[in-house]
Amino acid sequence: MLRIPCPVCGLRDETEFSYGEDASVRRPDMNEADQKVWHDYVFIRDNPRGPHKEYWHHVSGCRQWIVVDRDTLTHEIFGSALACEVAA
Amino acid sequence: MSHYSALAILRHGLTGNRHWSRAWRDPAPKPKYDVVIVGGGGHGLATAYYLAKEHGIRNVAVLEKGWLGGGNTGRNTTIVRSNYMIPGNSAFYDRSMRLWDNLSQDLNYNVMLSRRGYYFVFHSPGQAEGLRRRANVMLANGIEAEFFDRAQIMKRLPFLDYSPTARFPIYGAFLQPRAGTARHDAVAWGYARGADKQGVDIIQQCEVTNYIWDNQKIVGVETTRGSIRAKKVALAVAGHTSHLAAKAGLRLPIETHILQAFVTEPVKPLVDHVIVYGAAHFYISQSDKGGLVLGGDLDGFNSYAQRGGLPIVEHTLQSAKALIPSISRLRLLRQWAGVMDMTMDGSPIIGKMPVEGLWLTGGWNYGGFKAIPASGYCFAWTIAKGEPHPDNAAFTLERFERGYQIDEAGAGPYPKAH
Ligand SMILES: Cc1cc2nc3c(=O)[nH]c(=O)nc-3n(C[C@H](O)[C@H](O)[C@H](O)COP(=O)(O)OP(=O)(O)OC[C@H]3O[C@@H](n4cnc5c(N)ncnc54)[C@H](O)[C@@H]3O)c2cc1C
Ligand SMILES: [Zn+2]
Repeated sequence: MLRIPCPVCGLRDETEFSYGEDASVRRPDMNEADQKVWHDYVFIRDNPRGPHKEYWHHVSGCRQWIVVDRDTLTHEIFGSALACEVAA
Repeated sequence: MSHYSALAILRHGLTGNRHWSRAWRDPAPKPKYDVVIVGGGGHGLATAYYLAKEHGIRNVAVLEKGWLGGGNTGRNTTIVRSNYMIPGNSAFYDRSMRLWDNLSQDLNYNVMLSRRGYYFVFHSPGQAEGLRRRANVMLANGIEAEFFDRAQIMKRLPFLDYSPTARFPIYGAFLQPRAGTARHDAVAWGYARGADKQGVDIIQQCEVTNYIWDNQKIVGVETTRGSIRAKKVALAVAGHTSHLAAKAGLRLPIETHILQAFVTEPVKPLVDHVIVYGAAHFYISQSDKGGLVLGGDLDGFNSYAQRGGLPIVEHTLQSAKALIPSISRLRLLRQWAGVMDMTMDGSPIIGKMPVEGLWLTGGWNYGGFKAIPASGYCFAWTIAKGEPHPDNAAFTLERFERGYQIDEAGAGPYPKAH
């Protein structure tokens, strides 16, 4: 069981959250015409064995999307932030 | 190396089983090979076997960082089936089923193939329609499929929960009669022994840490046991595919996720088939030792940890109890997890990579055990001839940019959803 620190609610069980995806992925500009850029956005992931920034949705809590800093090999969690603040 | 037979068992039995020779050698790595295969799971070992057997390429090494079959090949729930319907998948998985037929004889190693049948239980009229469509496509492709309504399935699988309080009522089930299980370790060991016999070097405790480059071309690997040169380097490392691809400058349509499995204490024969629950991600079979083998859903977030979390334990056991109430008081003996190479369309990638000298079989998701014979056969063909076999021609890396995803589940570009 992961224990995920929500910036709003504090330390909560993984089961209160829904996993989103890799938070380093950024949607290209809507005027982007290069196929490869869109292909990479939709399909390609770094999939690191180590530190990973990822979206979680605190569905059964404050319902905020957050970005969690987690190691994919050890599951150690280093911190989190509200997604709206990270993206801004 | 001795041939295994009933006579050999008798002869060795009479001499106190003191003279069995080891099943494969334990050589030191040579400085150079024609082909180096990274990963000593089923896919790597089968590829080495067919390179030697079908193409006469014997100057081959399989490098494994741990022990043979210590990855997903020794961690899976051993289900062998071909209930696929998308072009690209159907022919490939049926080739695998045909290779399974004769595998024990071919390898002279008993892989304990058991064609016990694979039932998929459905719980709504909509689900029934979807499965009927799948069954019809399979039949059109020459793959047997049968369909049973509730009354028929009550006779065939009497121990499921048909009570009015069942959380999800059972409407019927779909059956692939030729599907079943095989002994996973034996598949790794059988291919290892068969490859070794033909001259392939199988080298354990040897982790590939990087590549040797000549200009833009990969010409070998750096390992924990020194540098090894190779004309061709072939990756078969399952959940670690992205990690090794990154060292070659490649980014792939793959995420690594964990999948768990469970075994209960042994009981007398109860579950004669593989049974899949249609209402949640859960399936069950019974091993020859009597333990019930349970599987469920992915843990649901990117992970290389090779250990599972408790939420999925709870989910799996709840599903088990909902489908078969009579097993609710059995105790679990063991629980473990493997790291899965989940792709963006749920289908594998077999072929030459856009880096010169590098080849890949990967993206096996949670269905790669049954694929081992066909994958080894097709990957060996691809490496030897420099072009894909017709049966793996659809499994390219380029399919994603060309819009030819093979999305059997229709789940879209979400690896955890396949
Ligand atoms: C719980 C579970 C249940 C499953 N159930 C089924 C099922 O019922 N039916 C089915 O068809 N499939 C199933 N699968 C999927 C199946 O097990 C895999 O797809 C298949 O075994 C993959 O085989 P492989 O040879 O690619 O990988 P592996 O067996 O994982 O082999 C890869 C090997 O590469 C080695 N390696 C990694 N990095 C390096 C390196 N740098 N240097 C050297 N070696 C390295 C690893 O140690 C490992 O031994 C299941 C998987 C799991 C985890
Ligand atoms: Zn919260």
